[in-house]
Amino acid sequence: MRFLFKTSYADDVALAKHGGQKFWYGALMAALVLAPWALPEYWLAQLSFVLIYSIVGLGLMLLAGFTGQVSIGHAAFLGVGAYTQAYLTNHGWPFPLALAAAMALSAGTGVVVGVPALRVKGIYLGIATLAFGFIVEEVFARWESVTGGNAGLHVKAPDVFGWKLDDDASFYYLCLVLCVLVTLGVLNLLRSPTGRAFVAIRDSEISAQSMGINLAYYKGLSFAISAALAGVAGALYAHKLRFLSPDQFSLVQSVDLLLLVVVGGLGFVHGAFLGAIFLITMPQLIAIGKDWLPESIGQAAGLQAVVYGIVLVAFVLFEPMGLYGRWLKVRTWFQLFPFYRKGMFKRQKAFAKSDRLK
Amino acid sequence: MLDYAPGDKDDPRESNLQFLQLVISGIAQGCIYGLIALGFVLIYKATETVSFVQGDLMMLGAFGGLAAMTMLNFPFWLAILSAIAAMGGFGLVVARLVIRPILGQPQFTIVMLTIGIGYIVRGLITMVPGIGTETHTLPVPYKDVVLTVGGLLLSVEQVVVIGSTALLCAILYTVFRYSTVGIAMQASSQNQLAAYYMGIPVKRLNGLVWALAAAVAAVAGLLLAPITFVHVNMAFIGLKAFPAAVVGGFGSLPGAIVGGLIIGVVESLSGFYLPTGFKDVAPYIVVLAMLWFKPNGLFGEKLRKKV
Repeated sequence: MRFLFKTSYADDVALAKHGGQKFWYGALMAALVLAPWALPEYWLAQLSFVLIYSIVGLGLMLLAGFTGQVSIGHAAFLGVGAYTQAYLTNHGWPFPLALAAAMALSAGTGVVVGVPALRVKGIYLGIATLAFGFIVEEVFARWESVTGGNAGLHVKAPDVFGWKLDDDASFYYLCLVLCVLVTLGVLNLLRSPTGRAFVAIRDSEISAQSMGINLAYYKGLSFAISAALAGVAGALYAHKLRFLSPDQFSLVQSVDLLLLVVVGGLGFVHGAFLGAIFLITMPQLIAIGKDWLPESIGQAAGLQAVVYGIVLVAFVLFEPMGLYGRWLKVRTWFQLFPFYRKGMFKRQKAFAKSDRLK
Repeated sequence: MLDYAPGDKDDPRESNLQFLQLVISGIAQGCIYGLIALGFVLIYKATETVSFVQGDLMMLGAFGGLAAMTMLNFPFWLAILSAIAAMGGFGLVVARLVIRPILGQPQFTIVMLTIGIGYIVRGLITMVPGIGTETHTLPVPYKDVVLTVGGLLLSVEQVVVIGSTALLCAILYTVFRYSTVGIAMQASSQNQLAAYYMGIPVKRLNGLVWALAAAVAAVAGLLLAPITFVHVNMAFIGLKAFPAAVVGGFGSLPGAIVGGLIIGVVESLSGFYLPTGFKDVAPYIVVLAMLWFKPNGLFGEKLRKKV
């Protein structure tokens, strides 16, 4: 067992709690930096996708996992970022400026959605974001002069002030740098008063308000940051795929993003990464598993949907803390060995708390 | 006096007729939305959770009717009734197996759970060889019959939709108003804990509410099937029922039907009078406007939480 003795406030908020963490995260960083030499091109591309989805996952995690606001239309923000980036890059803007614009525009749309969110709660918010997602998708399909409509839009390679990043390895490094920056930003945000305010709102709006937290401001801010991160991911997504069409930003994508945060572990920063890995590797695993199944099941069109559905239901029912929660349990088991008890992470029984009490 | 050729768009009589025609087809479509929304509202009222699976249940109901009619060769009425009953049973099983264990958890959990169930249902139907990926027509006796009432062309399918919805609403109203089970459901929806203390079997009632919602969804599917087709993607019509439920106020049963009618008519009119593309998003624009100006909907109760 490891005992942490905190002797100053700085120890309490430090990002790396102990030497072990420094070592392992350092090793992970080294592995990621060396990946282009070790991995074949296909897996490097998949790794870039994992990084991109981690960024948008972090954004949604901040919103859904830490502020407790559901968004069933997050693909819309991803799309706004992607189309902004595509349009500006094709008009000759350098990558950093286009990225900043994509971020700003996504954040702006986030605020537009977030402001009604101040009046509506829970499921109403979910439906508002769902409706917004549909409208944005339709705008992508109809605003042909900018988005190319259903015919799609080709995107040029990113261009950082004359330095073209058109091969897989350099683009991977771009994703890696942005992902690390975003992660550090989110971690810092979460240990700042702003992040604490988000968590307070998630746990109880009424008590947060009583503690002097301005609900309107912080909810709007959470939406803005979350959408801005989705915008960054969208910009990278546009460059990665080199081709955009409105159906990439449909409800299916939004639900995939929700799947990402739920399977990864709602309320954990690690969850965003685990969820992204899950989302990218799942289709590959299904493709491998197909060969083992009988012809009539393995080749059926609906197999992927069934597997996704079963995984989602299984996680919600049996592992509500997601993949990261599972890891926490395994780790605790080893740390406390042999004193781990079954009920340590048990979900509390609860009777539905009514919103309708007058 | 001006002379118009029959069917001329500028003829005021023609355009009035056309307007009426659009409104009627909108109402018929709106009834479907209303029925699905009714399922949302029933479940929301009883358990304060939102089911994203309602559209899939509707699709499953239509497929159930199809299977009963074409594979089992049931007569029409028996097929309809057995499909509805089977869906009721399915709702009961879903509620017992997956909903009950996590009741009381945050709403978001159940939303994700029902999205997952929806995925499974759609995927399984798609996987059925030779049926899942095809488009089918439901062989109903009133197919393609058209009535003419004072220049209006009414297809019997639409009349049946509107009539059955009205009938179903009357039945539901009676059940909730007069029967013991209905009153118990109302009590449990107003305050679960108090109902529990009064000896009302809240858990069993929740199962029944799910069964009822699934049965209503099946009715919607069976009514919609003759107008469109039986196909897996029918399930996505359920997403348009959310706006209906919100416009009506999420906790109100009559509101769900009225909201459905509003959404249906708006959609039908905007499909004709506005540029293409507006038809599909009109319901969502309406719901955003509604949430902005009157978040509790037309008939919604005021939600306020006290500490």
